Amino acid sequence: MLSVANVTMRFGTPADGVTAVDDVSFDIRPGEFVSIIGPSGCGKSTLFNIVAGLQPATSGQVSVEGAAVRGPHPAVGTVFQEESCFPWRSVIDNVAFPLELAGMPRGERHDQARHFIELVGLRGFERRLPSELSGGMRQRVCIARTLAAKPRLLLMDEPFAALDEQTRLLLGDKVLQIQQTLRQTTLLITHSITEAVQLSDRVLVMTYRPGRLKRFVTIDLPRPRTAEVVTSPEFGAAVASLWADLREEASRGMAEAGG
Amino acid sequence: MRRIAPLFGLLAICLLIVLLQFAIGAGIVDEYTVPRPTAIAAALPRLLAEEGILTRFLTTVAETFAAGAAATLVGTGLGAALYRWPLMRRSFEPWVAVLAAAPLVLAYPLFLVLFGRSSSTVVVIAFASALPPVVLQTVAGFSAVRPVLLAVGRSFGLGRAAEFRRVLLPAALPSVFTGLRLALMFGLINVVGVEFLINLGGLGALINDLSERYDLPGTWAAIGFVVLVSVSLFTVLDGGERWLQRRR
Ligand SMILES: Nc1ncnc2c1ncn2[C@@H]1O[C@H](COP(=O)(O)OP(=O)(O)O)[C@@H](O)[C@H]1O
Ligand SMILES: [Mg+2]
Repeated sequence: MLSVANVTMRFGTPADGVTAVDDVSFDIRPGEFVSIIGPSGCGKSTLFNIVAGLQPATSGQVSVEGAAVRGPHPAVGTVFQEESCFPWRSVIDNVAFPLELAGMPRGERHDQARHFIELVGLRGFERRLPSELSGGMRQRVCIARTLAAKPRLLLMDEPFAALDEQTRLLLGDKVLQIQQTLRQTTLLITHSITEAVQLSDRVLVMTYRPGRLKRFVTIDLPRPRTAEVVTSPEFGAAVASLWADLREEASRGMAEAGG
Repeated sequence: MRRIAPLFGLLAICLLIVLLQFAIGAGIVDEYTVPRPTAIAAALPRLLAEEGILTRFLTTVAETFAAGAAATLVGTGLGAALYRWPLMRRSFEPWVAVLAAAPLVLAYPLFLVLFGRSSSTVVVIAFASALPPVVLQTVAGFSAVRPVLLAVGRSFGLGRAAEFRRVLLPAALPSVFTGLRLALMFGLINVVGVEFLINLGGLGALINDLSERYDLPGTWAAIGFVVLVSVSLFTVLDGGERWLQRRR
């Protein structure tokens, strides 16, 4: 489905620059949910932009369904870290945006948009403007808008990073539900360990400067991941093992940032 | 409360007019500088019947719209070009800002030589004064569009033209509208001003005529009429803006 091979991204001049992403390789199979986890500043967004075709890598290849990525790929849907609703469009017209681009008649695209609005739990808010919604609701609109384009690969860059803890948990549940309904192939970038463990088939741990992949962790918990699974010892063990990896990276990041 | 606020404003103006009436009556304000409001109101029918104020009003409005429309078309185009080519923007934006601050109307003799004593001179000067704010507001509006919205557009595969039409323009519309508002405002001020200066055409020329004849109530009534014109112009513009906001 997605294949990332030896992707490296350097910013600045060769003599004086930052290697944000260093020789990263991984694959995602159809239907798989993969999370990339790493401390802030380790190059996650950079990698995201490269995979989304929004920015060319310094070297290496990204291919989607066997075709090399040279720009935004129609099979790939992106949800950005920053909330990105179009403020002049109502919820339903935001969600219907990709369908409108495809030339779908108004009635039909609104019907489809309503389906995705319901999926993210925003039924009844179709006619509202983004300015009338909370941050979490706006991010859900963005998710619905991306899903409406029916991507075969969904990319999400810390979609919950700007939200408060409670909203995060609720939204995490929502994504889990969506994942179970659509069996959507997904690459989620996050810095929340529980989120990664709860949602993913595999978690990739990224290191801080240079941004490399340190470890691939297969999460062998049964689906659906109900509250029972989340409170099980296996879940706790997976979280603890990832936390040990991440603590090392995060403290290294903090030490470097501190001087 | 929101409904009452405009009423309250109107009431305050009425009160001021009544106060003025009494101040003139009491001799505090000289009647040969400011005529009584009642005398000004009484002059209005005369302006309608004898001075053809309605035709002059139409002339002024037509000239203002011509200048405003041209400034809008050319200004948003130039603004978009300055946004699109950063080098051009760095070279020309400071000059546009200088032009926006310059009282171009003072150069009217030059325009008279170029365009003659005609409606063209009025429209061209008004256009030149209205253009810079439209350009500046358009560039500012485009530059303020959040980059992530453009990234969303690109991720959905929008090309340059579609990005402009579906993301940049609607996102910048409020700012562009501020430019249009300024364009009409500067357009109207300059149209009336130049009409006055070259004594040709619409309401400005009428004010010139009346004041030369020492018809003070008539002059003040005509000035009041210009104020009414500008108020109605902006009411129309407001309606248009709301209509476009809903449709973008
Ligand atoms: N356009 C850019 N120019 C220069 N450096 C950049 C640019 N984008 C990101 N970086 C650097 O690359 C590193 C990784 O950034 P980013 O991918 O945003 O991290 P993350 O998303 O994991 O927090 C950071 O050190 C950042 O300073
Ligand atoms: Mg990031």
